[in-house]
Amino acid sequence: MTKIVKTTANILFPFTMIFGLYVIAHGHLTPGGGFQGGAIVASGCALLLVAYGSPWVFDHIKDKRLATFESLGAIGFITIGLLGLIFGAVFFGNFLAGSGSLFGTTPATGSTLADFNTGGVLPLMNFAVGVKVIAGLFVIILVMAYASSIKEWS
Amino acid sequence: MTFLETLLQQSPVLIIATPLLSAFLMPLVSRIHAKVRDVFALVVLGVTSCFVGLLASDVLSHGPRIYIFGAQNLSFPLVRILFEVDSMGVFMAIITVMLASIAVVYSWSFLHQQDGLDKYYTLLLLVVTSALGMELTGDIFNFFVFLEISCIASCALIAFWVDEGEALEAAFKYIVVSSIGALFVLFAIGIFYAQYNALNIATLAHLLQFTFLDKIVLAILLVSLGMKAGLAPMHMWMPDSYGRAPPSIILIIMSATLASVYGILRVMFTLYGNVLTTSLRFSLPAHVIIGWILIALAIVSILIGVIMALVQTDLLRLIGYAGVAEIGYMFLAIGTSIVALGTSYATVALHGGLFHILNDALDIGLLFLVAGAIYYVTKKRSLDDISGLARSMKFTTVFFIIGALAVAGMPPLNGFTSKFLIYESVYQVNPILSIIALLGSILLLAIFIKVLYAAFLGPELPELKDVKEAPRSMLLAMGFLAVFAVVIGLFPNLVLDTLVKPAATALLDHAQYISMVVGGL
Repeated sequence: MTKIVKTTANILFPFTMIFGLYVIAHGHLTPGGGFQGGAIVASGCALLLVAYGSPWVFDHIKDKRLATFESLGAIGFITIGLLGLIFGAVFFGNFLAGSGSLFGTTPATGSTLADFNTGGVLPLMNFAVGVKVIAGLFVIILVMAYASSIKEWS
Repeated sequence: MTFLETLLQQSPVLIIATPLLSAFLMPLVSRIHAKVRDVFALVVLGVTSCFVGLLASDVLSHGPRIYIFGAQNLSFPLVRILFEVDSMGVFMAIITVMLASIAVVYSWSFLHQQDGLDKYYTLLLLVVTSALGMELTGDIFNFFVFLEISCIASCALIAFWVDEGEALEAAFKYIVVSSIGALFVLFAIGIFYAQYNALNIATLAHLLQFTFLDKIVLAILLVSLGMKAGLAPMHMWMPDSYGRAPPSIILIIMSATLASVYGILRVMFTLYGNVLTTSLRFSLPAHVIIGWILIALAIVSILIGVIMALVQTDLLRLIGYAGVAEIGYMFLAIGTSIVALGTSYATVALHGGLFHILNDALDIGLLFLVAGAIYYVTKKRSLDDISGLARSMKFTTVFFIIGALAVAGMPPLNGFTSKFLIYESVYQVNPILSIIALLGSILLLAIFIKVLYAAFLGPELPELKDVKEAPRSMLLAMGFLAVFAVVIGLFPNLVLDTLVKPAATALLDHAQYISMVVGGL
């Protein structure tokens, strides 16, 4: 692509990333969550793919590492469920909520500002889903780019 | 509380969580070594089977259990996701883990050194998870989620031999049919939620008014789950995908298919259990009309299955059509038990139908594994290209004969018991149905005798001179199924009394299922 497109992508890429990570991290407070934020981050990666072309991306990204991250996201999600079983006596039990530690503050009632440090295991689950969706969607985009870069198929 | 009691209390969720967690561990484990991956898959299913066994022994002796996600007690029954496990769910879960373990053992040799096996085992464990989830859940939306998982994972598994174009076509057909089915299930759940503000099966069954919308929902659920189960007019995906998927996969997809049959049973007997006897029109009760519709579809399934199997030359496709006929037998029994709800032979028919779910899994599964063994050693699918295999594949021939006779319902084998129960109960509704069912069995026997002569007997072909017996792990897998078939055939009461009859009782006793959750409401 031309220099204009590449420069625009360079400027937009960090903002897309930050917005995506914001949506993931604030999943328990605002609309959105792991899936939506992950899709935003993956669309930022698609921006790079369009601007710099698939050969450049294939050189810089290892698909095996993405597959590992995808597995880790899913494993993390189920592990949180199992930790709930161990510490909270039931699967997906919210053992962090109200405990005062990480994400453990009980939110104030009434019209207050959103407290990020609430929600118990929900933000952790959002992070796990986010990792999985970023890696999974990016792999899908890469496969499509790879398939369309093969000339013999057409 | 002892450790075993805690384990028992948590076992409904551990049955789901173990294969689900290991499905995603599989890509990491398979980087260590191929052997580790193969053993890991079997160990995971072994652990899951232990949990199923633990849960089964408790449920069969102490009645249904419920498991509440994310909370200790049932304070808000309408918003919590519940697992409700009764004898019926346990019976299906046992079939699922058995089929899955056998499929894993079989695929050790069958798919030896093929590409993408880490993804294969991941998807396999996901289908197992989804089938187990459908069988244990007490929440109808949860049921839909697991149904969708099984659709997508099975579709990818059917296309495993993606270099053959036809596998891709079969997978595409499967995903179209099953996604439409799953979306209609979602639509039906939406109608329920709009009317009753509940998603829990027991709560819904308690609140159900049998309004006009509920009748539409019943039709949608029957058709879309029947589509997934391979009932006659919607059976077209079944021979295609069974004919093109690797046979070890077919066992797994079969367990998902049987989970859909379970879904229909749960909808009919539990969800609509309270209202089945209300009269619809012309003072005919609902259960008579629905039962006769099911019987008609079942008869069509049996006839289409056997007639289409008669003309096939592709062995895997042929067995796929025989599988359609077997599904027909199950629904014949289920339909009969619904038509005659409350009479003694309705219970007998239900026993026959449930027992036939197990026997279909064993017999059709065995035949698919035998066909897979033939494909493995000869690389040929058509019956025209193979002949005289009995000379080199002695064990496989014996397993084929056992499977064929069991499918046809010959006396010393397991198929006989369930089919006999079906014949004698169906006879009391209408003798003609029983005659058609018998005719179907005779035709199935004729078809498989033809296959026996074409593939195993007859002259030895020169190009098949150096064919060897199938590898040991495949023989082991087939042997397990064959031994089960013979043992259940010789001692049917072993299974009938311990598993099938409690399952039928649990299905017919919908009041208990409802009161487990609704209780004080």
